[in-house]
Amino acid sequence: MKARAATPWLLLAPALIATLLLVIGPVADTLWLSLHDVVLFRPRVQPFVGLANYLAALHDPAFWGGLWLSVVWVVVAVGLQFGLGLVAALLLNRQFWWRPLARALVIVPWALPSVIIGLVWTWMLDFNLGLVNELGMRLGLLSAPVAWLARPEYALGAVILAVTWQGFPFFCVTLLAGLQAIPRQLYEAAEMDGAGRLHCFRHVTLPGLMPVMATALLLRMIWVANSLDLILVMTGGGPGTATQTLPLYAFLKAWTGADYGYGSALAVMLTLLLLSVVIFYAVRSER
Amino acid sequence: MKRLRLFLGTELPVLAILLFGLGPWVWMMLTSLRPSAELSQSPIRLIPGSLTLVNHITLLARTSFVENLRDSLIVACGAVVLGLALSLPAAYAFSRFRFPGRRVLRVQFLVVNMFPVVLLILPLFMLLRSFGLLDTYFALIMGHATFTLPFAIWLMTGYIDGLPVELDESAMVDGATQLQVLRLIVLPLAAPGAVAVGLYLFIASWNEYLFALMLAGRRVRTVTVALQMFIGENTIDWGLLTAGGTLVALPAVVLFLFAQKRLVGGLTGGAVKG
Repeated sequence: MKARAATPWLLLAPALIATLLLVIGPVADTLWLSLHDVVLFRPRVQPFVGLANYLAALHDPAFWGGLWLSVVWVVVAVGLQFGLGLVAALLLNRQFWWRPLARALVIVPWALPSVIIGLVWTWMLDFNLGLVNELGMRLGLLSAPVAWLARPEYALGAVILAVTWQGFPFFCVTLLAGLQAIPRQLYEAAEMDGAGRLHCFRHVTLPGLMPVMATALLLRMIWVANSLDLILVMTGGGPGTATQTLPLYAFLKAWTGADYGYGSALAVMLTLLLLSVVIFYAVRSER
Repeated sequence: MKRLRLFLGTELPVLAILLFGLGPWVWMMLTSLRPSAELSQSPIRLIPGSLTLVNHITLLARTSFVENLRDSLIVACGAVVLGLALSLPAAYAFSRFRFPGRRVLRVQFLVVNMFPVVLLILPLFMLLRSFGLLDTYFALIMGHATFTLPFAIWLMTGYIDGLPVELDESAMVDGATQLQVLRLIVLPLAAPGAVAVGLYLFIASWNEYLFALMLAGRRVRTVTVALQMFIGENTIDWGLLTAGGTLVALPAVVLFLFAQKRLVGGLTGGAVKG
């Protein structure tokens, strides 16, 4: 019997050891580093500074700026992805003859690497040769070409456009699966009771879609909040600090600034903020 | 009349969404097929004057791109093998055994899933450096396999949950051990699920950028890092760059179209049922 009780642990051991070594270990390390003054090129001397890195962040305008940008980035980007994805899912749930083709093709942006998405949109938004400026001028929407990624007032909008493009298929596909799982009888019953289309949407579709929507929103929110590769490729956080979200700031601080301790503290704070959102969500959905 | 309503109310909006979704991607591919002289013309021509493969050929013949493709392929295949080797037994344990700590462990894997990459990457860099493993295939394969592990285990557990337990039980009655059940019954039946998880692992590794940049990048340089370095150069050769983008995106898109149904089923399975 003893061997039987050990079996699941033996099966789990490789995955657990890998996670312990390459995830939990580094996380503990980051916590430890965040309490020290660490400079990459001075590995021998790492004085313990307590919470000084965290306190420094609270007095760092770049931290608050990055936090605010992160909030805007997450709320606007996830909101747009969700809105567009929901509309697409509702449309693709209707009957038309080329629906299978449309359903397959809509996922393309989701499959592309972030670097390629950054590349595609940097090219689309190019000042001289970009398609966006060209079409905008031809249609009379723009009077002169705009340097979308070089102007602080437009750069955040430009990267949000790119991440919306990348992420809306995720919502479309998951919400579509959710829509298909709603029993047809519910709609029939609602129609028998004389419910109109809007009524059906409010009282049948939305409640039926709720669990999928909540999961998809949470997953995407975490992903968008953590993602920095798209911004790194398109603007590198610039111009100035116009697109420097919190994870990107932590990354740049730790990497190019070689200020490991401070970068670690920023990464820990980002994680704590995300964790609190997830816990809040978990508690609310438990009710 | 009904046909017109269908067209205006459904087909036209779908077309608009597809135009938004596919337009930039198609534009990238079109750009890569045009000669450089045409690319620097302003105002730009929307309809290409002539099509050519010269950018693709230059990219493959004159730059290190073939080696980058090889590196990406090696890393992605390694991540698939290692990821499956780690996630299959773990998923089997989660699906078929009830043991103390099971719930905590499952939650643990989900929490691990949400750690920002920035939190992991710096100490991981130092760890690998101290072992002299930086800039090796091994480092990237380990990194990619581990950071995709939580989702791989989650997907795989879902698939194994869907297999009938009765088969396991009757094999056990016939005297098979747990490991024999895993090898002879569960693995063959879970093969389609394993293929989907493998495709996910491949795409995730193929598309990944930050690990590939930080943990490797010099001797082992994947395509995403190589492309990013092209962008960083002073004079951007958009013909070459878009040719690279087209070549890199193709396997991801094709594999994704294959895996789509299963991945989405696994992704939403829990939520739809729960």
